[in-house]
Amino acid sequence: MSAAFLARDDLQRLIDALRREHRQVIGPQVRDGTIVFDALERASQLPVGVVDEQAPGRYRLKSDGSGRCFAWATGVQALKPLTFAPRETLWRAERGERGELRFLDTQPAVQPTAVIGVRGCDLAALHLQDQHFCYGAYADSYYNRRRRALFIVAVDCAHPAATCFCASTGDGPAASAGFDVALTELDDGFLLRAKSDRGQELLDALPVVAATDEQLGRAAGQHAAAVAAQKRALPGRDLRQALFARLGHPRWNEVAQRCLSCGNCTSVCPTCFCHSEGDVPTMDGRQVDHFRQWDSCFTPGHSYIHGWIVRGSARFRYRQWLTHKLGTWHEQYGRSGCVGCGRCIAWCPVGIDITAEARALVEGEPDARP
Amino acid sequence: MRGHSLTQQRPNAYVPHEAEIVRRVQESSTIFTLYLRFTDPLAHASYTYDPGQFNMLYLYGVGEVPISIVSDPEHEDLLVHTINRVGRVTRGMEQLREGQRLGIRGPYGRGWPLREAEGQDVIVVSGGLGCAPVVSVINHMIRRRERFGHFTIVQKVKRVDEFIWPERYERWQKVPDTTVLVAATEGSANWRWQVSGKIKVLDDVVVRSERTIAMLCGPGGFMGSAAEHLIANGVPADAIYLSTERNMQCAVGHCGHCQFGATFICRDGPIYPYPKIRQLLTVEGF
Repeated sequence: MSAAFLARDDLQRLIDALRREHRQVIGPQVRDGTIVFDALERASQLPVGVVDEQAPGRYRLKSDGSGRCFAWATGVQALKPLTFAPRETLWRAERGERGELRFLDTQPAVQPTAVIGVRGCDLAALHLQDQHFCYGAYADSYYNRRRRALFIVAVDCAHPAATCFCASTGDGPAASAGFDVALTELDDGFLLRAKSDRGQELLDALPVVAATDEQLGRAAGQHAAAVAAQKRALPGRDLRQALFARLGHPRWNEVAQRCLSCGNCTSVCPTCFCHSEGDVPTMDGRQVDHFRQWDSCFTPGHSYIHGWIVRGSARFRYRQWLTHKLGTWHEQYGRSGCVGCGRCIAWCPVGIDITAEARALVEGEPDARP
Repeated sequence: MRGHSLTQQRPNAYVPHEAEIVRRVQESSTIFTLYLRFTDPLAHASYTYDPGQFNMLYLYGVGEVPISIVSDPEHEDLLVHTINRVGRVTRGMEQLREGQRLGIRGPYGRGWPLREAEGQDVIVVSGGLGCAPVVSVINHMIRRRERFGHFTIVQKVKRVDEFIWPERYERWQKVPDTTVLVAATEGSANWRWQVSGKIKVLDDVVVRSERTIAMLCGPGGFMGSAAEHLIANGVPADAIYLSTERNMQCAVGHCGHCQFGATFICRDGPIYPYPKIRQLLTVEGF
């Protein structure tokens, strides 16, 4: 696959081409002190010259004065809210005069959507959520509809944050799969590569020229620098046995002293899939909307069962999250549930670092065998 | 999973169907049984299930709860659910009367290994109020008594008022080649069964051969001790099956609440062969 070059001034033409083919185009933009994915019409809405500074418990945007649109690592959310809605009605029930019940399926109205600016880590997370929601015995039609409406324009990450560790999980910093078109941003423009037929059609509609060796060389250098810039890493790709051999490790108690059980980590995690269901009746009681919304294994209600809470302490909740994310995901979906995006580190109010916790655990002594 | 349910054929497994309460029986001060029929005759006719599977029952305006199906699919037309009033939804469901409606979707999960048990000795052990799911399995085997070897029924309760179906156990005592063992930690003046703590009642279980299968239901710690005791007495570990429960909301392996290690209880359970959950069964917090 040979790369094509699109001049920076022609980026708007890419957005226009997407807007012609899709009912809406979603892209990154600055809002609320972070970068969010929202409806995008003009290239000037992108975070031009914006970089993110991330550290445990810290996220700040600042200007670097460059003309780059994608000089940041990650915003607060990946694609998750676009496919797995934070809250949505699943079905509606109506009660008639004689108490009879009627159930109505309420599928979401979905329109073809192009997303620009997707990172490799977030694509890996999307693929994991696809496995969870689309390919089991029961396919989730709500997720499926939204997912299948997406056209994805990825952008290789050239500016990993200090919290990033996608190189150690194998999910970045370049986008390698799961996109229609991927971009590498250079100072003067973009290298484009198509993965799907639809992606190639998009490229064919743009005023691109063949990339030069010099441009490809700059892209390769940028990638190598992005890999080298990552100082954090998980202590291995498969920590299943290491973690389950240390369920009694004192570190669980120690991290529980710091963990607030707030659930920020799970709400920014692009692979966390837990959700709860509930009912909202109308005031006259004739109709009920049955909804689902994101839930977190850090809440007491998550493990509540008639009169007792299975995970009544932060120690058990953090252990559940970590042993699932880095351990039992392997048995469920063939790999770790962590894609190295680092969001749980930056958005944790007390700066708990998943890579440091995992390292402290697996480097510690295993439990004594009973 | 054997058979096909209506919900599996439908595109959306999340949406319940309307069912009518045809009969309601109060079993104890907190336990009641609902006999249900889908109001759509076609839905009712095409619904099949295995003993040990469960349904999600929906109380209008309040929410859903997972409840085991205790009827016999080959002998009963109505869907029977025995419910303990323990939480918000079941408290409301307790108020429903005959003729009233609720929502139902299912069946979900894996049932008891009744096919595998044919030709073998069978030991059924239940602890506390976890007895409703095993009552259906006991009824199933009593009805087909000749297909099974020696049958041992064990029920352990803490207090005598947790033993809610004494007449059933007395009836089962009279079934040929069947041993019934009942024990309470604290007895009472009229208590005619054993008084013993923890799993001591299992000392009286005789394992006659390796061709024995055991089915357990009750609190995790109780089942763990009972399973280890049975293994020590010659029951193969993979012939021991346990019924588990956790918070469940979607019942189709998506919502994440019922995860037990790598498994989803709604999908991979609620009945598991012991080796599958042995490592975590008695670890607090899982």
